[in-house]
Amino acid sequence: MNKLNIKKVLLLGSGGLRIGQAGEFDYSGSQAIKALKEEGIHTVLINPNIATIQTDGQGFSKSKKAADTVYLQPLNVQTVTKIIEKEKPDAIFLSFGGQTALNLGLELDEIGIFKKYNVKVLGTPIKTIRLTEDRELFKQALKEIDVKTARSIATDNITEAISAAKKIGYPIMMRSGYSLGGLGSGLIKTEEELKIRANEALHQAPQILIEEYLGGWKEVEYEIVRDSADNVVTVCNMENMDPMGIHTGESIVVAPSQTLNNHEYHLLREIAIKTASHIGIIGECNIQYALNPENGDYRVIEINARLSRSSALASKATGYPLAFIAAKLGINIRLDEIKNSVTQKTSAFFEPALDYLVIKIPKWDINKFKNAEQHIGSEMKSVGEVMAIGRSFPETLQKAVRMLNIGTQGLNDYPYKIENLKDEIENPTFRRLFAIYQYFKKGATVNEIFKLSKINPWFLHHIYSIAQMEKNITKNNLDKTTLQQAKQFGFSDKTIAKLKNTTEKEIRAKRINLNIKPIIKQIDTLAGEFPAKTNYLYTTYNGQYHDILRSKKKPIIVIGSGPYCIGSSVEFDWCAVNTARTLKKLKESTIIINSNPETVSTDYDESDRLYFEELTAERIADIADFENTKGIIVSVGGQIPNNIALPLSKAGYPILGTNATSIDQAEDRQKFSSLLNKLNIDQPTWEEVSTLSKARSFAERIGYPVLVRPSYVLSGAAMNVIYDESELKNYLANSATVSPDHPAVLSKFIQNAKELEVDGVAKQGQIIIEAITEHVENAGVHSGDATIILPPQRLYLETIRRAKKLTAKIVKALNITGPFNIQFIAKDNWLKIIECNVRASRSFPFVSKVTNNNFIEIMTEVILNKHKSKTYQTLELDYVGVKTPQFSYSRLKGSDPVAHVEMASTGEVACIGDNYLEAFFTSWLSTEQSISGKRILLSIGDEKKNKLINLIQALDEQNWEIFATEGTHKYLAEYGIASTFLHKASVDASPNITDTIENKKIDLILNIPRSNGTSNKTDGFKIRRLAIDHQIPLITNLQIAQLFLRSITELKLENVPVKSWQEFIKN
Amino acid sequence: MIINNIRDLPSRKGWYFFENMEFIESQLILKKGITFKGLSPSNQKEIYYGEVVFTTGMTGYIETLTDPSYAGEIITFTYPLIGNYGVPEKKYWESEKIHVSGIIVSEACTNWDHINGKSSLLNWLESQKVPIMTNVDTRELTKQLREYGVMPGAILPTNYSSNSQNKKLNYTNLSDQNLIPEVSTKIKNIYNQKKSNNKTIIVVDCGIKNNILRSLKELPLTIHHVPYNYDYTQEKFDAVFLSNGPGDPKVCIETIAILKKAMKLEKPIFGICLGSQILALAAGADTYKLKYGHRGQNQPCREEKTGKCFITSQNHGYAVDEKTIPKDWYINFRNLNDNSVEGISHKTLPFFSVQFHPEASPGPTDTKWLFEKFYDLI
Repeated sequence: MNKLNIKKVLLLGSGGLRIGQAGEFDYSGSQAIKALKEEGIHTVLINPNIATIQTDGQGFSKSKKAADTVYLQPLNVQTVTKIIEKEKPDAIFLSFGGQTALNLGLELDEIGIFKKYNVKVLGTPIKTIRLTEDRELFKQALKEIDVKTARSIATDNITEAISAAKKIGYPIMMRSGYSLGGLGSGLIKTEEELKIRANEALHQAPQILIEEYLGGWKEVEYEIVRDSADNVVTVCNMENMDPMGIHTGESIVVAPSQTLNNHEYHLLREIAIKTASHIGIIGECNIQYALNPENGDYRVIEINARLSRSSALASKATGYPLAFIAAKLGINIRLDEIKNSVTQKTSAFFEPALDYLVIKIPKWDINKFKNAEQHIGSEMKSVGEVMAIGRSFPETLQKAVRMLNIGTQGLNDYPYKIENLKDEIENPTFRRLFAIYQYFKKGATVNEIFKLSKINPWFLHHIYSIAQMEKNITKNNLDKTTLQQAKQFGFSDKTIAKLKNTTEKEIRAKRINLNIKPIIKQIDTLAGEFPAKTNYLYTTYNGQYHDILRSKKKPIIVIGSGPYCIGSSVEFDWCAVNTARTLKKLKESTIIINSNPETVSTDYDESDRLYFEELTAERIADIADFENTKGIIVSVGGQIPNNIALPLSKAGYPILGTNATSIDQAEDRQKFSSLLNKLNIDQPTWEEVSTLSKARSFAERIGYPVLVRPSYVLSGAAMNVIYDESELKNYLANSATVSPDHPAVLSKFIQNAKELEVDGVAKQGQIIIEAITEHVENAGVHSGDATIILPPQRLYLETIRRAKKLTAKIVKALNITGPFNIQFIAKDNWLKIIECNVRASRSFPFVSKVTNNNFIEIMTEVILNKHKSKTYQTLELDYVGVKTPQFSYSRLKGSDPVAHVEMASTGEVACIGDNYLEAFFTSWLSTEQSISGKRILLSIGDEKKNKLINLIQALDEQNWEIFATEGTHKYLAEYGIASTFLHKASVDASPNITDTIENKKIDLILNIPRSNGTSNKTDGFKIRRLAIDHQIPLITNLQIAQLFLRSITELKLENVPVKSWQEFIKN
Repeated sequence: MIINNIRDLPSRKGWYFFENMEFIESQLILKKGITFKGLSPSNQKEIYYGEVVFTTGMTGYIETLTDPSYAGEIITFTYPLIGNYGVPEKKYWESEKIHVSGIIVSEACTNWDHINGKSSLLNWLESQKVPIMTNVDTRELTKQLREYGVMPGAILPTNYSSNSQNKKLNYTNLSDQNLIPEVSTKIKNIYNQKKSNNKTIIVVDCGIKNNILRSLKELPLTIHHVPYNYDYTQEKFDAVFLSNGPGDPKVCIETIAILKKAMKLEKPIFGICLGSQILALAAGADTYKLKYGHRGQNQPCREEKTGKCFITSQNHGYAVDEKTIPKDWYINFRNLNDNSVEGISHKTLPFFSVQFHPEASPGPTDTKWLFEKFYDLI
């Protein structure tokens, strides 16, 4: 088959980051765009995720390989159809935007859009995609080629269930059909048990599935690429340390597989290839297996006919650019026609040989959500991941643990007490790894832990050996041998120092004196077999020789973001990549250090050298020493690099941009506060308290409500707004947040105030560029969860003028050179400062793309003193940009979906519109929301009803069917608005809220809670949770509700022409 | 090649938490004079010689170590963790014993786990008296071999009479040796002799891997498994299979001579690896030594007629010289990485061979259809 003749391709992105679909799709989309542009194909991208690299289109990005046209628009059928109609692409790719793009593609195909507009689907055909998504079709297809899948029988009665279980053999797994959250599923060992449980389950669900139980089987995955000429390779295989039962996204994963012998490895490989050929994959897919450790039997669990989280990991683990290759294969280029991009000599038709191993650990933020279920299992809850590379398992595992940035330096110093180790090992939580380690230290054997966890003893032995090594370090003299061994087992200088009662500085000095330094090795895809000019690097203590010499030209190090988590996401990868690209443009030699496989910054063509490494002061110093760096940029990767600025600077490493002491002055509450006092700038009253009585007297003095911020060391405890004394007592007692070691910060919580932010770049204390943005929500919602408008639409000019003045004062006082972000609270034109970050903030991509001034590019030029002065327009724009948070509440059972002072969103999207309302509403729709009908449930607290009544009247006039809870129902009646009264969930009467929502009789829910806190016991919580669990759009904030109701009553979005970023900016 | 930051490796007592074995410092001295440091079991007191080569396979150490083709070689594993699934019983091996002269790894796994496992790698090596060096920077060693080519080397304890060691070392070149008599069967064996199997093939054993025999046994054929120098040309047979084996094909004078006679009978001939080189030599082509050979499980090959690509398992230090291939033969497979000859076919007669290992074990099974192709010719 010849290369397809295609001129214009449409690519679908994946939207805002959320649990289960994160930054990996910026990596895959960005690589696809590069691959297509290399072939001279005009590329159109639809993705509302403004913080991604892929949405840096032509006109913004200087790269020729950027997408030609970028639509920051919702990924829904209406919008995409409009864009297809307008752009008339020859073809479309569905496989680079995660499940979102895949599902959307299937929908578009079903209603005949591709046919109508003659758009060819590239890569794996729709028919195959459908087959991999439909359980029955899939099983059937695999049966045709004698490939085994897990046996399962569906039934609606007990007699059949019993015979099904007999057929399959006990123990069996029972699942309820059509139920949420695995309700009613579980392991069943006997017929007696089945009778009881099936009976229970069939009362709640119409159907149950009797499935073969695969608990304890190994979970193994292969990444496959196949071209249109049926050339197939498996690029990588990976083994989960956590056996079957835990979602692969929740598992600790190692590549390549460690415990499979040759027969097993190649049996599964052969099946992978056979299956990919049989079902007709073109491009990339992955296949997941369960492998029985007792007898080598296997089952295929599933196939993802698209780029996935695993393929991003496999790409980074091997150096094989899967997404790039997949895009080429999609236009019928053959694998053997593509060169291995690392060696540039050998063929892309090959299977990488690794001479190192890779460990991935997921990063969870479950503890940030009150009441959220802590156990991990078959559903994904993690928000990000880290990948460590090394040449021994203990070394690599401990590196990965440090990369997580959860306050631990290795396995031995997990900061939280785990009460019941056995229980958390047997019923895994997100901290099982640490429980295992601690249990070993209490004397448990490998066999005991194996019995509890079913984790292969190979892994457990290694964890045990780390515990043994810890003992050796404590017990032995720290001679050269012991120190070297400690490093080979992955212990950090800090940990060794702690174990030996000395300082990190001391250990480092001793180590360097003994010439114990990490060795730098290359990742070359061929285990050294062919010479490769690869710049993809990692460090190890299990080696004796460096692969490389230090960079010829003194390089600049850019520190990346580390793992994605709530509060630090793809926006910082955007910052890091743009910094590196600008440095390159300025002819600097660049190094990127990062630990997150879901990123573009870890594509090795984004820097002169990529170190896939931990972001600790120790390792950065090691690399800086080896490379003789010109300077380190700590201000573009979010909080992790920001936090190591001071230690690095103190150790004598050059920090580029703002001085480390100034960074510290802004970070340290006490120092920052006295600076503000000195500058005569107002701030909310605050105090650091270490006892309850002090807290109480502070709150009494300034008056409730107060904001409590626990010490960052215990970041697990959440910030909270406290409305009265009893709440204060409760909160502080419960979370053990206050102690002399860990004082908490209390501050005055200002109600009914607005928030605004200034993002900017300064040079030696003078502002070069700044952008003022406004929050839609009133103060009390974390800035990361706020809906943000640029340029401001409702601020007084006076407020703007004052904000600028205060910003200038602070920037000058801190003598900032580089990026900054300042947050203000505004009430009646009076401004107080909430915080100042002397680094790029999460809104940098937003302000850059909306104003079409690349703040990061400017910042990079500024810190290198290569900026040519220029004036920038960021306030007077002909359009409006609105950034909306993307939440993942549906993944976190039990969490309360109300935005408050602690950040909870996992991502964001942003849209541009000709006016405020348009931008707001498209942006809201872009967070995977849609309104399917005109039935709304209103449940509005207190006085807030008054502020919405006009809008509700408009709804009524437009024939919306209104449902309401008791208070709201009465209130509406007073205004002559008819509504259907629904009983609270807690009342056993009909019509009830629970039934009405469960039966999907509502299309939209407005639940605005009272101001004074929320608890999961209230009826309001139940409504919100029901909304989330049944995927009904939910609005919980008054200011959003106002805008939202205006949008649905005033806007006629279907009549608004859809415009690309380029079209908005040009005008 | 960069050699910097060479450091002493401290002795690592207590490194192996799960093995009751003492370790001493040891060294590998390559003929070129390059030395690598590592650890070896303390009972490993002698000097052990071999040609130092590397393989990039990430699994399959059992199959590799018991492959007779590796006779005379000290094999370096580029994957750092070797021994993870222990050692199974003999029936899973590729021959009766370990054939390599020594092994070099970064880490020998002692905490192995597998249902088929019977012992650890270290214990197995000890029982078979095969030397090992661990804690070696195997990536650097591989790069040296890639740069300078495979070469003789010796493993010995670091404290082995340290004076003028190099002079004392008595390297031998693998190409000067004929190891085939050692690894070939000594007697003729007959398998699958059934009434239903009405065809007979001669399997010439130059050091055959068990999985080739297993693969052939799956075909409905009677197998006469004969020594490398056995003259079968006067017997009744329907096809000839030429096995893999160690070393330089040019030393196989007897095998080539017998094959030349057999070729006149124009019956199907299939050769694998060394067998491919022997067939080429018998056809009048020449072979040469590759700088550092192809050893691994990820070697990409293309079938020239169809353009279809396969990932193959390989283990060879010699190759057929393309320029010398006679006119009535053609190249049926090529290596995608270096374009070298990976198989030849006769244009009109049923003779063909491949340089790679379609029987896999270790490695990918992409080309196991070649056995069926052979069967179809018969």
